[in-house]
Amino acid sequence: MTQFSVPWTSRKPRFGPFGRLLAAIGKGIYAVATPILPRVALLIFLATLVVTPLLVWACGELFAFTLVAVGEASPAGQPDVEWGAPSTWGLPPAAIGSVLTTRATPAAGLMKYVVWICQFRIVRDLVILGAIFALFCIVPAFAIWWERKVAGRIQSRLGLMRVGGWHGWAQSAADGLKLVLKEDLVPAGADQALFRAAPYFTIIPSLCAFVALPFGLLWVFRELDSALLFILAMLGVEVVGVIVGGWASNNKWSLYGAMREACQMVSYEIPLGMALLVPVICAGTLSLVEIGKQQTGGWFSWLAFTNPFAFAAFVTYFIASLAACKRAPFDLPEAESELVAGFMTEYSGFRWALFFFAEYAAMFVVAALACILFLGGWNSPLPAAWGDSITTVLGSAALARGLKGVLFSGPLWLLFKCGVLLYTQLWVRWTLPRIRIDQVLYACVQVLLPLTMLLVLGTAVWVWVSMSGSAGWEWFARIVNWILGLIGLVFAAGFVVIAVYGFIHRRPLVGYLAMDPLSGA
Amino acid sequence: MGNQEGGTSKPRRGGVSKPRPGGMPKPKAPACCGMGPLAPQRAWRRCACPCHPGAHRRVAAVVLALAVTLAGTGGVAMAAGETAGVVRGEQPGLLEAVLFYLVATGVVISVLGICLSRSVVRMAVWLFVTLGLVALLYFLLAATFLGAIQLIVYVGGTLVLLVFGVMLTSRSPWARYNCRAWELYGAGVVCLVLLVSLCLLLGRAEWVGTQATTPGVPVARIGEVLLSKYVLPFEAAGVLLFIVMVGAAHLARDTKK
Repeated sequence: MTQFSVPWTSRKPRFGPFGRLLAAIGKGIYAVATPILPRVALLIFLATLVVTPLLVWACGELFAFTLVAVGEASPAGQPDVEWGAPSTWGLPPAAIGSVLTTRATPAAGLMKYVVWICQFRIVRDLVILGAIFALFCIVPAFAIWWERKVAGRIQSRLGLMRVGGWHGWAQSAADGLKLVLKEDLVPAGADQALFRAAPYFTIIPSLCAFVALPFGLLWVFRELDSALLFILAMLGVEVVGVIVGGWASNNKWSLYGAMREACQMVSYEIPLGMALLVPVICAGTLSLVEIGKQQTGGWFSWLAFTNPFAFAAFVTYFIASLAACKRAPFDLPEAESELVAGFMTEYSGFRWALFFFAEYAAMFVVAALACILFLGGWNSPLPAAWGDSITTVLGSAALARGLKGVLFSGPLWLLFKCGVLLYTQLWVRWTLPRIRIDQVLYACVQVLLPLTMLLVLGTAVWVWVSMSGSAGWEWFARIVNWILGLIGLVFAAGFVVIAVYGFIHRRPLVGYLAMDPLSGA
Repeated sequence: MGNQEGGTSKPRRGGVSKPRPGGMPKPKAPACCGMGPLAPQRAWRRCACPCHPGAHRRVAAVVLALAVTLAGTGGVAMAAGETAGVVRGEQPGLLEAVLFYLVATGVVISVLGICLSRSVVRMAVWLFVTLGLVALLYFLLAATFLGAIQLIVYVGGTLVLLVFGVMLTSRSPWARYNCRAWELYGAGVVCLVLLVSLCLLLGRAEWVGTQATTPGVPVARIGEVLLSKYVLPFEAAGVLLFIVMVGAAHLARDTKK
């Protein structure tokens, strides 16, 4: 037997008790799940789709009910109870129970304890944090699956088809399980501690960004006064993990990737921030909730359509945000065809997955920012007046509230718009070639930067003139608003038409490249 | 199957100076034995590497270790006192207090990490942790604007540039910083002066309120003040940065024409 000489020193794999336990759990899950999962996979998928919104809705209703009940039960009207606040441990269950019985709540005996727990702010915070974390886990898993499907379709393939039954929907979960169970490899020449820590420097900020991100008028964990700055800061901090990871790998491809990322991020932060300044000037606040609130009232009141500078700023923001989350055509830090995998070359297993999670979460955050700042946030394009008429038509307040939450404003709309923008990001990635680093810097310094400066200046002048409020100017602004809105409508319609046309007229590859997509299945 | 370059199939041991066929060339000789200044003295005496020559580093290490212990104990004691006060019902905000002491301890540890690590990139990473934790302190004190600005300016800008500069300029992958004895003692004197003056200031300060319920300053107010009362320093800082930018562009300009 020939002894291969390898340029690294080999060592025996060491498995501690924790590793053995994990492996045993994984094997057990595999043994139990393999025969069952394919049969119930579609059921699980559909049940999750239905149960999750119901669960979220139930939690929201419970919190709202808690606030009402506690407010009624306490003499001073005490909606928020700090955990560990002196002299009080909240209202006693008995006091809450009496309110519940007067309100004729079903199962008051059980409900009074539930309400007693929910009156503490920290309990509600923990529940919401759990929801945010769940979303943070689901968004990348879904986006990765979607990206692979879209990439397949664009390249005349089918993409994922096997795991889970329906279009391979469980592929991300299977990949996640695989990555968790992989060996945690650290190269011998790497800076061990930094190599291990780097993925966390990336993923923690991208998770923190969700803390200040509003999903609806009341659907925000912490309504910060300067939420926009906070999220921008988190997007900026994320780079450090990439750079440190690339450096610590002690690999030239990783180092090139890290340097490109540093260079790209430092330069593109400026047009990104400048483009974000435009809606801030228009709205006059940094609070995302406030900015979203100002765009209530349908398609034509969205900020992107209020003045031409904001419309152009949306485009520049979208381009700069592609660079900020290192998506193609700006994916130079992990240029697969040049740098193996760029800064992630030496990473494998769970740490690699963390980088991916951070990237897709950042894509979502960037898309959500674009929606909130330019595209009306959680408000639907339908005119708000229709929503008021619905209430009068339906009669039932609770039903009208639910219908309004679905049709006119609410987190579902924000998620939908984010989905559209995410799809655009994927579309751009799989159709445009990667540009060179000098082109990246040229585009930033000589095109985007002067353009965004002009936009900021123009917006300032526009807002200044509109503050004078002469009648002629108002007419002019209204006409511009209509024209921009119509242009936006044409763009949206074109987006849908092109996507649908491409989907309907999809063709398999011709010639000898064509083959049975599921051979061996 | 032999090695493709040398033809020898002898397995290499660690720390050989021969460059590998692929990948980044290893430094010729390890600059240091890898032991930190907090390693036991026994190991230091046996160590022959050039970074452990004298006693000053050991002295500094002992002083630092003492300082960490004292700070840690003091922090824990104060936290315990605060907790007891909250349980007795004297002060509100147990959670804030616990978080504050946790984060403050983290700040102290990460600052010590900057001082004690010798790899420049590790120093930068510790600095990153410090800045992040200080920003967290600002967030705890409801100064969101300050915290976000700190993260954007220092972490997203300055720190990235710092690491970028190290990557561009360092010759070996493990750029190390060896300080001289006088540098260490000079820094110690400066730190001592700073510490004493800070303690004096702290003793003289009058603490306004213990409650953490004060709402943060609205951002709009900060903006107004910045553009009315403090417009001159604001513009001066802007002009300074502009001059720096023009100067940097001039220095980096291609001189061949």
